[in-house]
Amino acid sequence: MAANTQTQAIKESSMLKQKEMIAANYDALTSTAESGRKVASTFVPGNLNELIMCFDMLNNLPEINAINNGMRKKSGAMIMDAEKRGHSEDVCTYVKADLGMMSKGNVAPNGKPMPAPDLLMLSYTGCFTFMKWFELLRHEYGCETVMLQVPYEGDGQITRNMRDYVVKQLKDVVIPAFERVSGVKFDIDRLREYLKQSAAAEDDLVWVLESAKHVRSPIDAYFGGVYYIGPIFTAFRGTQDAVDYYRILRGEIEQRIAAGQGPITPEGDMPEEKFRLVVEGPPNWTSFRDFWKMFYEEGAVVVASTYTKVGGVYDQGFRHDPEHPLESLADYCLGCYTNRNLPQRVDLLSQYVDEYKADGVLINSIKSCNSFSAGQLLMMREIENRSGKPAAFIETDLVDPRYFSAANVKNRLESYFQMIEQRRKSPAAA
Amino acid sequence: MATADIIHRCEELYEDLDFTAVRNWKDAEPGRKVIGYMPVYVPRELIHAAGMLPLGVLGGGDQLEVIHGDAYYQSYICRIPRSTVELAITKRLDFVDGMLFPSICDVIRNLSGMWKLMNPDVYVRYFDVPQNYSDEIGGEYYRNELEELKSGLENLAGTTISDDALRASIDVYNQNRDLVNDVYRLRAETPWKAPSAEVYLLMRAGMVLTVEEHSAMLRDYLDATLQEDRPQRDNCRVVVNGSFCEQPPLNLIKSIEMAGCYIVDDDYMLVTRWLQEPVPTDGDPLLNLARAFLHHSADTAARYCSCDAEVGQFLLDSVTRTGAEGVIFAAPSFCDPALLERPMLVDRMAEHDIPSISFKYAENSGQMQPIREQAGTFADSIKLWS
Ligand code: SF4
Ligand code: SF4
Repeated sequence: MAANTQTQAIKESSMLKQKEMIAANYDALTSTAESGRKVASTFVPGNLNELIMCFDMLNNLPEINAINNGMRKKSGAMIMDAEKRGHSEDVCTYVKADLGMMSKGNVAPNGKPMPAPDLLMLSYTGCFTFMKWFELLRHEYGCETVMLQVPYEGDGQITRNMRDYVVKQLKDVVIPAFERVSGVKFDIDRLREYLKQSAAAEDDLVWVLESAKHVRSPIDAYFGGVYYIGPIFTAFRGTQDAVDYYRILRGEIEQRIAAGQGPITPEGDMPEEKFRLVVEGPPNWTSFRDFWKMFYEEGAVVVASTYTKVGGVYDQGFRHDPEHPLESLADYCLGCYTNRNLPQRVDLLSQYVDEYKADGVLINSIKSCNSFSAGQLLMMREIENRSGKPAAFIETDLVDPRYFSAANVKNRLESYFQMIEQRRKSPAAA
Repeated sequence: MATADIIHRCEELYEDLDFTAVRNWKDAEPGRKVIGYMPVYVPRELIHAAGMLPLGVLGGGDQLEVIHGDAYYQSYICRIPRSTVELAITKRLDFVDGMLFPSICDVIRNLSGMWKLMNPDVYVRYFDVPQNYSDEIGGEYYRNELEELKSGLENLAGTTISDDALRASIDVYNQNRDLVNDVYRLRAETPWKAPSAEVYLLMRAGMVLTVEEHSAMLRDYLDATLQEDRPQRDNCRVVVNGSFCEQPPLNLIKSIEMAGCYIVDDDYMLVTRWLQEPVPTDGDPLLNLARAFLHHSADTAARYCSCDAEVGQFLLDSVTRTGAEGVIFAAPSFCDPALLERPMLVDRMAEHDIPSISFKYAENSGQMQPIREQAGTFADSIKLWS
């Protein structure tokens, strides 16, 4: 009981810490008129937060705004609004949620309006939609846009040509644009300091994610995982706050392991671990809680996920490196999950099934996202063949509530769990 | 030769989903190799210089029954990858020694990885192109990418590609582009003499024939049109935009024309005229190809426009050059690049009082009536207001 109370208190402290960080960031974003600070809008995968901070600028991430609006059930109306104004029903709903948010006054979660960006930092990593998304925003805001093209790992590796190309763009295009917009001169030593902090936080994040290798996992690496990756994927990588957050979080998880506890869910500690899953694909945000519940009610824990690697595949060894600042930013962008080719993604998922002693792979295929989704059916068959474990496929969307059918998803999951149980009982599984 | 004979041959090539002409070319001499490529652009000169045949793979159209391909793709993904997978699974592409997947969208990008998984013995390359258009940055990156492609092709061919061979291939493709442009010009000036379905089939033939054969065919066609008189209709003139990847059914192109619109420009098979200027045939050939790509490329939604004023400029120029009276935005369902860009293009056209309509299609769309009606109403409104 005492241990429980203590864990509860520590749990709250990491959550509270993150909450405070997010609130302070929104306050900073919505008070630029008074502070005079400049804002760069940019995307999560391959974001250059450390670099943005070198220019005293704030980082605003439209995907995160869309997720917020999705979780607060506001995105549906925004998407429909964008569709009414001529945006196709077929394209990524993050884009439409963002454009719809703009036309509804661009209100941040703190109720105040977001500032217009001073710079659109188009970090073009792992998704073509990004490019058109920022062309659309530029069309609306008329502000400066700077493009960082990150070549795709078509052959499953980062070549010298790719890295040189990214570094050259950073030096000759991106940094000069930031200097121009911010009026702050680039200082590479400042960047090194931030990168040092990034690496420290990344070490602890990896520790947290890998704690799921324990059989009784102390974390859920998908639903819980999206909270854990929050700071490192967004405006906090490189800050002391992020270092502190991950240190606190790691302490909490250490305690959970010591106490033999499973993951925390919105309804408290998960009593039993019946199924261990690896999940591929982003979650649905509009019914996030209901979706999660379908797992924890059945005793299903996600022990590894690829969504938690879209902003960096740190568990495969990458760390931001203060000794090679620009090269390491390049490697970071080039190595993000959706910038990896399909064979690499199959390898990673198969490796997870093995290393995390999972019962199988579940693919949540997102209607919006061709970057993730195109090819997932083949990936599923490949992983099944390699791992010998059953896989399942469900279809939802990110922030468009029209594409989340709770009954269908629940049915699919229940049959999947039954299938896993049957396999366990079959003599071949012994 | 009459245009009808030429077009008849093109139709045969178009309908032949076993690619017999390409198989015959390959079988004619031992050691010949074929490199498939998907839309929108690859430097075919390099393939040609390696002594290989570039084969444009544009999906299965409305003739192919997709049975296996649907098991590879969710319902919300466009048709071309699934019918292309179908072509592979049904062994219609079993003679292809290499496949190039240009960077056009995430679907084609991911298909490159699927191809690797499904055909481990085939040379597969995702062909990335620069979105930075400065010589020192995007240019250098692209030249190195071309170098890598060149050495990949050399390994496959078991030979080296000399600079002279590449210059000669550039020359052959320059001639082909000239002829393609002549056909497009002829149609823009006198669309009744070169109906769009014919122009389309002629360009499709260029996806499977050797470039030399294709050029000869284009010459014959241009000559033949001079000998023939065809009735002029009271059609309005439109540019079709958004069809740069998955192809519309031929019937759709015919329907637009039958509904009262002469198509005077389009973005079908842009590879045939992606490079808008002749590529120099002296000096460093890879550098020349890189520079041509950077500075004289056509435009599609798959390219980044570095400033807002550039968005839609290529289309606007096309409208002006061809004297078009309107634009038909015809994009494949679920085509991210085309559909994301469309609102900006619609705005740009509206700024210049150019009327436009929009619809979506799939390569196997069967129902043409709604499209005919929409295009017909569009044609009527243009005639009424112009
Ligand atoms: S397509 Fe996918 S990766 Fe791209 S912006 Fe949309 S959700 Fe993000
Ligand atoms: S039709 Fe559009 S989305 Fe589909 S593969 Fe082609 S470019 Fe990509």
